[in-house]
This record gives sequence, C-alpha cells and structure tokens, in this order.
Amino acid sequence: MPSVLFYLFSAIMLGFGILVVVLRNPVSSALSLAMSFLGLAALFVSLGAFFIGIIQVLVYAGAVMVLFLFIIMLLDIKEEQRRKLNLPAVIGGCFLVMIFTLQLASVLGDYQPGKRLMNAVPLDLPAAAATREAAGINTPTIDKDLAAGKLPDVKLIGETLFTKYNFHLQIIGVLLLVSTVGVIVISRREDKTAAVEPSTPVQP
Amino acid sequence: MITLNDYLLVSGLLFAIGLAGVVLRRNIIVIFMCLEMMLSAANLSLVAFSRFNTVSGLPDYNGQMMVFLIITVAAAEVAVGLAIIIALFRARRTVHVEDIDAMKH
Repeated sequence: MPSVLFYLFSAIMLGFGILVVVLRNPVSSALSLAMSFLGLAALFVSLGAFFIGIIQVLVYAGAVMVLFLFIIMLLDIKEEQRRKLNLPAVIGGCFLVMIFTLQLASVLGDYQPGKRLMNAVPLDLPAAAATREAAGINTPTIDKDLAAGKLPDVKLIGETLFTKYNFHLQIIGVLLLVSTVGVIVISRREDKTAAVEPSTPVQP
Repeated sequence: MITLNDYLLVSGLLFAIGLAGVVLRRNIIVIFMCLEMMLSAANLSLVAFSRFNTVSGLPDYNGQMMVFLIITVAAAEVAVGLAIIIALFRARRTVHVEDIDAMKH
C-alpha cells in the first residue's frame, strides 16, 4: 500500500512540476508549484520526516508561494503573449535535460546501496533508546516516546538543532535578519517624496 | 516496495524539470519558481539518504538538519530575489529576461 501512495504523490509532484514549466500564466504556474510542493511534503512524510514535511507545507506551499502570488499581483503581469519560441534555448534545454536524465539513470543503475528496500533498514527504536542510555543522554520525553514505539521526530530534531547545530542556528538567525533589512533597503522607493506624501495620487 | 533509488530518481526528475524551466522560460518570476523546485529536489534526496542510512536505529538527523537549513536559506533567498525583481520591474517595466539586455550592447 505505501508503494501505491509513493507513485501517487510522485506523479502529483512531477505532473504539477511539468505544468509549472508548461503553463504560460504565472498565476497558474505558482498554484501548480504549490501543488507540487504538497506532493513533495507527502513524500517527506512517507520517509518518516514529519517535521520536514510540515515545514515544507508551512514555509514553501504556504509562505513562499503566497509571496510569489503577492508579487505577481503587485506587478500585474499579464498572460505571456505568444512570442516565438527561442529555438536554440528550447533545443539546448531539452538536450541538457535528456543528458542529465540519462546520466542519472546510469549512475543509479550501478548504485548498489540504493537497491535496498525501506523494510531492509527498519527503525529500531529500542536499540536507539539503549544507545542513548549508554551514552548517558537523559531526556524523559524522548525516552518515553521511544519506549512506546513512536518515533519522536520533532523532539529529536529539536534536540539536534539546539545542541549539535546550535551555532548554525545562530548563523541562520543572523542571515534572516540581514535578508530582512536587505529586502527593505532594496525595495524602498527611490523618490522619497512619494513615500512622505501618501495622499498624493500616484501617477500610473 | 520502494527502494532508495526510486526516491533518488524522482528527486532527479524534479531537478531536471526545474532545470528545463530555468533554461526554457523567459519570465523571470517563473525562472525563480523553477529554482525553488530545484532546491526542493535536493531536499528530497537528502531526506531519502537520511532515512535509508540509519544511525543506531534512528534516521540520520544530520541530513534533516541540512534540509532545515536549506529551507531557511531558500526562504530568505526568495524574499531578497523578489525584492530585486520588484526593483527591476520599477526600473525597466518588464519581467522578460529577453528585454533586459543592457549588458549585451
């Protein structure tokens, strides 16, 4: 049964991904991309990465795509008129993609560690609990979930993030602050008068 | 049943679709969306490797931390990129990459 779901969500992801490239209206492309990201989130969940799946839905399908739609609305982009296709770009793009896919198929065909089934690498929660106890890590909530046979995905990610990757987390925080300031600086209006006098009607 | 190679193949195909979009499309916003798609494809292969390489019975959470950092950086990148697109649109009144050819002449 999980394999049926894998094919279903892969088809959703790839199908809507193709629609992003094919559809000419940017709004349709953005909505297709949101659907594609939802399929991707389902694949994350199928891999047991519940936190990453939720983040994918919240951040990508939610925040980022709304931002895209907002910008498309703000710029008031009309549907692309049928320009003549740039033939060298089309040929080059298809050639590039074909080469990439063939290369990928040949590499994956020879990749023996990739031929394992997911059942062959089961999650061994009692062993994990024993390893944590032997290492002297005492975390009651995680231990309780492990003993109950549930994968405490979010708790383990939080533990890793705030212990092993704490420095990286600080760097990411600074990066987000810098990008926020940068966005405000970049998107500020050049002429100060329009910002100072909002009552003045803006000339189209 | 599903193997690691299946996940890697799907991830590679998503990357290829994104690559095709970046090369083929002329609308800079759609190009940007396809870039996001390529980043997500990389995330899928990282999560697949994380699940299939267990460390003492648990998924390898180092891979998932990498995905978390990529998603955060991608969100910041989208904000900055869209601000640049807005500035570009204000200056040039277009989002078509063929019309932005000042460096060509």
